[in-house]
Amino acid sequence: MPDPISANQVAIESGTSLGKDAWLRLKKNKFAVLGLFFFIFVTLLCFITPLIPGLLADPDSTDLPNRGLPPGEGGFLMGSDSLGRDLFSRIIYGGRVSLGVGFLATLVSLTIGTVYGSVSAYVGGRTDSIMMRIVDILYALPFMIIVIILTTFFGNELWLLFLAIGAVEWLTMSRIVRGQVLSLKKQEFVEAARSLGLSHANIIFRHILPNTVGPVIVYTTLTVPAVMLLESVLSFLGLGVQPPAASWGSLIKEGADHMRTSPWLLAFPSLFFSLSIFSLNAVGDGLRDALDVRASKD
Amino acid sequence: MSYLKVRDLHTHFGDVRAVDGVSFDLARGEILGLVGESGCGKSTLSRTLMQLQPSTAGSMVLDGTDFVSLSPDELRRRRLDFQMIFQDPYASLNPRHTVFSTLAEAVCTRRPELSGDTLTQEVAALMQRCGMNPAAMRKYPHEFSGGQRQRIAIARALAPQPKLLIADEPVSALDVSIQSQILNLLQDLVDDLELTMIFISHDLSVVSYLSDRIAVMKSGKFVEVGEADQVFNRPEHAYTKELLTAVPSIDTDAIALRLAS
Repeated sequence: MPDPISANQVAIESGTSLGKDAWLRLKKNKFAVLGLFFFIFVTLLCFITPLIPGLLADPDSTDLPNRGLPPGEGGFLMGSDSLGRDLFSRIIYGGRVSLGVGFLATLVSLTIGTVYGSVSAYVGGRTDSIMMRIVDILYALPFMIIVIILTTFFGNELWLLFLAIGAVEWLTMSRIVRGQVLSLKKQEFVEAARSLGLSHANIIFRHILPNTVGPVIVYTTLTVPAVMLLESVLSFLGLGVQPPAASWGSLIKEGADHMRTSPWLLAFPSLFFSLSIFSLNAVGDGLRDALDVRASKD
Repeated sequence: MSYLKVRDLHTHFGDVRAVDGVSFDLARGEILGLVGESGCGKSTLSRTLMQLQPSTAGSMVLDGTDFVSLSPDELRRRRLDFQMIFQDPYASLNPRHTVFSTLAEAVCTRRPELSGDTLTQEVAALMQRCGMNPAAMRKYPHEFSGGQRQRIAIARALAPQPKLLIADEPVSALDVSIQSQILNLLQDLVDDLELTMIFISHDLSVVSYLSDRIAVMKSGKFVEVGEADQVFNRPEHAYTKELLTAVPSIDTDAIALRLAS
């Protein structure tokens, strides 16, 4: 019988977790890192700068004598719009709405989709069939028509926008998670956990869900831009954010209306919007490569 | 009084009778070797014994308790008495848990009161017992070789202090050079801890190395059960003979002759 040893007598070597491993691989992908930093920069810009008093002009205060000024003139960094409002300030405030919708709706879809998908797959059998048929039915409903009906009944509320977008986006997430859980629950380490008599909640949350994290993270980073696009489409159609409040989508619509006289009104919001989505997609792509454990290990 | 008594156990998947009326007794401290070709129902039998797969009919009495009739809650408590070692050490460990968290979780199923230093010591002792360096306890499964992973899996199976161990082809996924190390480890553990074991393999020579008795399985049924020596040297059933002749052997005389010339 070996001597009982205590933890502080041996030098315990630290290991490399799969997450750390993936991060090291992501760091090598210049494009993804650039995207990540750019997106963090834009997010901070949109959420921090309005908190500093005196830095930004009031996005809603009109200045009719100075309307339609090109960038740099009259103290407007990115010009002024047809009512003389500061475009830069409106982009920053609009970014809060666009990014906020993006994050919140994604969070909603992530939560619902993960729980729904994992329960459906883990329980299996008839429950699984019924739950997945419900998803199929929801999938078949035309999204735009539902949003139009919702807005005509309840008015143009921002929370309705979250609800409508979140309600659509969780469907795909639940399918992805279900597929993952279906293959994971047959794995021997899950059977080993069952042999140890662990509770179902314990098995799902400690053993199964952490292993779905790769595809889920990738899909999440790709959902944020998808949601932002949806929001801008709705705002463009006049179903989303109502004036005088702005989102990137509604700013692009205003810009499109004055494209001939003041092209910067279209150019700057579009630039912010497309660069943010572009960088998020780069991060998502990089993460997909980095988290694909099998591609680099073994 | 036999420790495990299995009577007329059936596990069917629709029309497929994977386990089709198996009965046997196992005495305390005995090692039963279970052989048969791929698809004969060995793994289903082990999964049924582990209660990972519900049986269709039959009874399974461990130490006087009939497992088939237990409620799920009671079953969850009693199943700590028997643990399983799986075939594939690459699939049987959660890739996101360190060795410590895998083993600590298993230790705490039996002794939830352990924590902090005592838990660390217990895990370290388990690792040493299975021939591993406790310094590696904060590492992740992908940082180990197949043989070491199987040692971790064995340590996890031992953590709840089981009485019956079911080893489902524990060495078939390993290099030949590692196989004997793992087999010796299992032999030592069974002797030291007075375990009862069911050892499953498709390889008769591996089974005969460890087992006291051997059961030969074909199409969901036991065709022959007997002392290891007897089954290996004087098989009675035609299928056992067929299995024995199918074991590839190396003609050492021929090799010596070739080397000499």
